[in-house]
Amino acid sequence: MRTSLRTGRAFAIQATDVTLAYQQQPVLWDVDLEVPQGVLMAIVGPNGAGKTTLLRTVLGLLQPAAGEVLVFGKPYADQRQRLAYVPQRGSVDWDFPTTALDIVTMGTYGGLGWMRRPGASERARAAAALAQVGMESYADRQISQLSGGQQQRVFLARALVQNADVYLMDEPFQGVDATTERAIVELLRALRADGKTVVAVHHDLQTVPEYFDEVTLLNVRRIAGGPVNRVFTEENLRLTYGGRVASIGGRTLGNELEATL
Amino acid sequence: MDVLGGLFLDHTLRTVALGSATLGIVSGALGAFAVLRRQALLGDAMSHAALPGVALAFLITGSRTPLVLMIGAAIAGWLAAVAIVSVVRASRIKTDTAMALTLSVFFGAGLVVLTFIQRQPAAGKAGLDRFLFGQAAAMLESDVMTMAAVGALGLVGLVALWKEFKLLSFDPDFAATLGMPTRRLDILLTSLLVIAIVVGLKTVGVVLMSAMVVAPGAAARQWTNRLGVMVTLSALFGAAAGVLGALLSTTAETSTGPTIVLVATGLVAVSLLFAPARGLVWARMRAWRSRRMLALEAVMADLASLAAQHGSNATHPHDIGALNAVRGRAVVERALIELAADGLARQHDTGGWSLTPRGLAEADRLARLRRAPSDHL
Repeated sequence: MRTSLRTGRAFAIQATDVTLAYQQQPVLWDVDLEVPQGVLMAIVGPNGAGKTTLLRTVLGLLQPAAGEVLVFGKPYADQRQRLAYVPQRGSVDWDFPTTALDIVTMGTYGGLGWMRRPGASERARAAAALAQVGMESYADRQISQLSGGQQQRVFLARALVQNADVYLMDEPFQGVDATTERAIVELLRALRADGKTVVAVHHDLQTVPEYFDEVTLLNVRRIAGGPVNRVFTEENLRLTYGGRVASIGGRTLGNELEATL
Repeated sequence: MDVLGGLFLDHTLRTVALGSATLGIVSGALGAFAVLRRQALLGDAMSHAALPGVALAFLITGSRTPLVLMIGAAIAGWLAAVAIVSVVRASRIKTDTAMALTLSVFFGAGLVVLTFIQRQPAAGKAGLDRFLFGQAAAMLESDVMTMAAVGALGLVGLVALWKEFKLLSFDPDFAATLGMPTRRLDILLTSLLVIAIVVGLKTVGVVLMSAMVVAPGAAARQWTNRLGVMVTLSALFGAAAGVLGALLSTTAETSTGPTIVLVATGLVAVSLLFAPARGLVWARMRAWRSRRMLALEAVMADLASLAAQHGSNATHPHDIGALNAVRGRAVVERALIELAADGLARQHDTGGWSLTPRGLAEADRLARLRRAPSDHL
């Protein structure tokens, strides 16, 4: 297994030369991604930069035209149980007839064989994961009656119940209020303290230094990647977002944030 | 009464009832997933596309055995689904256009083959045109046996792979990250939809069969927020619509398909209007009631603040002209009458209004309630 020269620890994820195109339009071009074990990493970049595509490629949901993805030094197919995925909240129909607890229980399906139904122990694990995200009192709530932040927490609980080593999250902070955002950050730090690795697509550039250890700046190509204090510079952000980066109050902000101001 | 009595005595009616109950259960249960996966139109395309399968199966084998015709229908319906997916993949044509194209091409081909068969002198041709609009009265015991066997196969598949199908319907990407073969599961669940369709084809007809797949599920969704309950209810609704519609059409001698579909749609209408929680009637009533309550509260608050300006004498009568101007005369008058009936306000001999001491206390309680921060996120 290859290890990071910098941290001396194994890479949780190591993607090399990943290239992926829709029709003839490249979405990812020769992208390397190195995620050391036990860090919180943000993937940032403008819309259409391929952030979600990169996550989905690491998860084996998309086949790259070229390149290789290793999870703890082995191909993804052998390491599936070590990865957990938190998709974008908007990717599913929240009017599906089911409860919060049932959604979280879905995280246990991977460990069950064909035709086996989740039983009392699976439901107990799901309930514990719901409690971990502070949602135990919403277990029997129909999922459409949850707020956006609560739905996000249910998705996080579903990933927690998988007890993976690496968590891949697609915009976990999107559309959640300040309370939920703080709760999620606490959760990410608890995961890191347990030696888990988190890679999250993130939009709010302002909170990157506060929430994350590492950052990958992506715009079809990888612009830069590494510890936040080293690579999260105005220069790199300008390269990532083109000329559309504004400095406001001495802080560097990307176009997404600018658009919300 | 006649029909009910006949149900137990008359062999034909019993066969019809049993057969339509079977088709209702199968199409209701499997159709519920089609509703959740937004495959209603796919179901319609596949059922229309089954017609050439039925006709060709007869033409090739010369047999009218239910199982042979069902297999022909299933193969054609299946090919239609494959055609739709391939057209969308290989071209810039979008799904809805691909479905409409496939439906009309297959259905047209079916009609052509059907008219060709009807010109043949062979005695066995009779009855194939029933596949258009369906006919329950012609149902034989052998039909029912075949429907039950094929339908059972579909239901067993649904129960066996319940959690896989559930996850596939809710979040296919997540299912794939768990290592589930989503592509194969998708094909399998669509194949179960084909089964749901062919089971009812001879009774309901290719033109309206998709309604039997969709209507029970749409009705059942209104009554529950649990997948298991929804699928069970959907099966029951399907059975009810099937039996009721088939018996009605047999006694009234109308086409069975349209009659069954009218009953099923009736169930949808009732569910949309009256299902608890989701019913439109209740929603309207809740909205109306809350508007009325808010108007009461507002008028009470107005009277309370007028009273507060008066200081010492809180129940001093006030002219309501100002209130009328702000909130509208009709609203204020109706609210005052209701408040008076509840003993919260009263009209003085001068014609002016004030809150009663109890009304003042209530206004104070409500004001504090509204100021309290809500505890949910």
